Amino acid sequence: MTTQSGTTEARADAPEGFDEITILWISEGMSCDGDTVSLTAAGQPSIEDVVLGLIPGLPRVNLVNKVLSPSLGGEDFLAPYRKAARGELEPFILVIEGSIPNQNIIEGDGYWTSFGNDPATGEPQTLNWWIDQLAPRAWAVVAAGTCATFGGIHAMAGNPTGCMGLADYLGWEFKARSGLPVVNVPGCPIQPENFMETLVWVLQHAAGTAPPPPLDHMLRPQWLFGKTVHEGCDRAAYYEQADFAKDYNSPKCQVKVGCWGPVVNCNVPKRGWMSGIGGCPNVGGICIGCTMPSFPDAFMPFMDEPPGGTLSSMVIKPYGAVIRRLRGITNDMVNHEPRWRHNKQKLTSGYNPHWRA
Amino acid sequence: MTTTDARTSGRKPAQLVDMNWDPITRIIGNLGIYTKIDFANREVVECHSTSSLFRGYSVFMKGKDPRDAGFITSRICGICGDNHTTCSNYAQQMAYGVKPPKLAEHITNLGEAAEYIFDHTIFQDNLVFVDFCEAMVKATNPGVLARAERTDAPRGDVHGYRTIAEIMKAFNPFEGEVYKEALKVSRITREMFCLMEGRHVHPSTLYPGGVGTMPQPSVFTDYLSRLMRVIDFVKKAVAMNDDVFDFFYEALPGYEEVGKRRILLGCWGAFQNPDVVDYRYATMNEWGKAMYVTPGIVVDGKLVTNNLVDINLGLRIMLGSSFYEDWVNEDPFVTHDPLGNPIDMRHPWNQTTVPVPQKRDFQGNYSWVMSPRWYHPDTGEHLALDTGGGPLARLWSTALSGLVDTPYVKATGGGIRITLPKGEKLPETTLEWRIPKWSNTLERDRARPYFIAYAAAMALQFLEEAMGMLQSGDTKVFENFEVPDESIGCGFHEAVRGVLSHHLVIRDKKIANYHPYPPTPWNASPRDIYGTPGPYEDAVMGQPIFEENGPDDFKGVDIMRTVRSFDPCLPCGVHMYMGKGKTLSTVHSPTYGANHG
Ligand code: SF4
Ligand code: SF4
Repeated sequence: MTTQSGTTEARADAPEGFDEITILWISEGMSCDGDTVSLTAAGQPSIEDVVLGLIPGLPRVNLVNKVLSPSLGGEDFLAPYRKAARGELEPFILVIEGSIPNQNIIEGDGYWTSFGNDPATGEPQTLNWWIDQLAPRAWAVVAAGTCATFGGIHAMAGNPTGCMGLADYLGWEFKARSGLPVVNVPGCPIQPENFMETLVWVLQHAAGTAPPPPLDHMLRPQWLFGKTVHEGCDRAAYYEQADFAKDYNSPKCQVKVGCWGPVVNCNVPKRGWMSGIGGCPNVGGICIGCTMPSFPDAFMPFMDEPPGGTLSSMVIKPYGAVIRRLRGITNDMVNHEPRWRHNKQKLTSGYNPHWRA
Repeated sequence: MTTTDARTSGRKPAQLVDMNWDPITRIIGNLGIYTKIDFANREVVECHSTSSLFRGYSVFMKGKDPRDAGFITSRICGICGDNHTTCSNYAQQMAYGVKPPKLAEHITNLGEAAEYIFDHTIFQDNLVFVDFCEAMVKATNPGVLARAERTDAPRGDVHGYRTIAEIMKAFNPFEGEVYKEALKVSRITREMFCLMEGRHVHPSTLYPGGVGTMPQPSVFTDYLSRLMRVIDFVKKAVAMNDDVFDFFYEALPGYEEVGKRRILLGCWGAFQNPDVVDYRYATMNEWGKAMYVTPGIVVDGKLVTNNLVDINLGLRIMLGSSFYEDWVNEDPFVTHDPLGNPIDMRHPWNQTTVPVPQKRDFQGNYSWVMSPRWYHPDTGEHLALDTGGGPLARLWSTALSGLVDTPYVKATGGGIRITLPKGEKLPETTLEWRIPKWSNTLERDRARPYFIAYAAAMALQFLEEAMGMLQSGDTKVFENFEVPDESIGCGFHEAVRGVLSHHLVIRDKKIANYHPYPPTPWNASPRDIYGTPGPYEDAVMGQPIFEENGPDDFKGVDIMRTVRSFDPCLPCGVHMYMGKGKTLSTVHSPTYGANHG
């Protein structure tokens, strides 16, 4: 099962290429900073490899990220962001981590999340302000993790902040200076190597040594998210034989105890979590669809059998083709975001703080 | 609060400068520290701690299936997400009345041990220690660096560095040997974690009722071989940290005042004992005391209680400086605990979170963090407990209780003895952490490498027991359960940086109320309704400044050391204020400071 094919046309006129580029990383979205932490787990390549120039064909990279920046911080740390906002720093790649809150639903001076203070007024500068300043000037814009790509956990039904993914905020037609749309690397958090590979490709493109990375209709790298969890799962042979785990004590297929693998686009069971170790259904964790636009709502309650799981498991052999088609329909369903993720002046998530049942 | 009264005589007219650090990098959430510094008398006279991030877990979990809680709450934290999942599962197991199989407890303990080793290592060596590294000391206290160059390292036979300055150099960011090795160790220990819990940060194999991790021998041998690869690093880290922190007391007399507060420590306990724990509220005191890190509240050096029931009953969530509406007029969810004790309206079980975004005002409301406090039943105080960055409170509480007595770790009343086996280069080593004289910045930091050793030693025991079960054919890791129509539960655990509790109320098989309280709200809380400052504020306020730079090139290293000593969530790196605060006023009051604090 693969997703619809991509929206980025390989451009014949690859850029001339830059010798040097800055990465401005902002994790002040509504995030847990887990994508930054995950990034430091990557070994192939590691972020140090990229920053220290050990990967051929890349421009020199100045990384401005809370974890790895050699800056002394404070206003000094914010200086490159301010410079870029004034249009004095080019070229740069903007990486956003975390969901983008809807400031439009706040009346008055409050804010959901901020990044530094306005030097003139001393008031907090919102994440949204920074995105508005930086995205139009960025050579490329990358969304790290499911919060930034599609809204993720913080954008689930009943949330009070009306938050959303970066492409919802900027518009799905948004194009950065390079002509690239937002590059979405979902995952809650990002699988470390998935992110680093994507970043490396974007950097090679910036250097003029590679065409733009191929993205699918949800702007995800095709080679990473083009297959389903199920297609890479160690337990797939059990599925084929309709031999299912009844609880989590079993090495068999987990579809009846909550695994959404058949319709989820993700390579983690195949790739492992880091250095090939760990993962989800392959090591005893159900797939909860954490890379998907409809995560988490479409997959909850996580520990129950996905609707249609029984059907597909009973008729698996004789009706393979039918199943493939049904699967395709479900895959389309979970490849859409819920409608409440928008930047309008209204909160439509079903927020009710006084829920008492 | 830091005692500065001794320094009030002979004071100069205050020279006050406003200095702030916002954002403080390398933490989760958006933390800002706003201070007023008196450069004439070299001390901090005021401090506000603020967080500018709201996310809303306790709001959007309402109405959801309670079994989803662990998967969702993991996403609260990008570095200790597993601690949340574990704590959530503890709370759910109480609510569902299910006791996971013993092997599942061992696997969870092994995952949590790997997490502590990973997280404390990357934080201590790649963040905290950067504040003590050669480059930093050179920029802030060149005199101290000169002295470090002349001072032999007393534990050089263990770690291999001749002088204190050589150790400091090894911690220089990106270039220093130890800095680089720590990053490698952080990857190996994360692999250990993934073997038990599937993925790091947000685990995939933890469920209420147990785990899904396949209990094969290779899972445990893969873990053990990695643990043995890092065991000598752990021994060396303890020795290096001890050398440098001892040196600081010596080189800068009075440094014990930095970040010192009244001893007000809380620890909620970690590592369940699979033979004792049954997750019932009625027996919570017994299984709480059987944990391999003993819960406890330590006030002024004395153990007030190590009963989880008392700890639970005393929790109070206060407003006062936070961007929320009060819930005092809502209907309570829980009026009495299962033992019949009354539950306060300000207890997490009864909290309703209603966010009210508003302008930041340091005279009024200035933070998205609320103020958790612990109500002391004997004194009537609402204590602003801190976690000592995690390890300080854990070791202190465990030491005083004297209950942990295992092959590798023993609580002695006055300290903890930890034995690590022979590694590649270093022999079997017994380390001893002793209860310090102060709850201050250096002791919070010193406790951290000792706790890494503690977690490594406990992991050895869990491995041996798990392997024994496996070899005898006992491989069950999950126990089924039913979600009841109505129920309540609470989970107590230690996130890496300190106390973690989850409180859950189920109605109609759905979450009616859910409140996670991680360590950072305890430590980073703003002033509460009584005006009591939170621990960061309290520890920074009144602390002396030892940095040699003046206001124009001030970096704030002493303040940053204090804030970082609490382990404000995210690992790594150096982040300091550069230069030029705004001069507020010069107050001609020779007694300024005598009445603050
Ligand atoms: S466990 Fe999940 S991904 Fe693996 S075979 Fe079964 S349904 Fe597919
Ligand atoms: S397998 Fe499923 S749960 Fe695991 S990382 Fe992929 S999408 Fe997320």
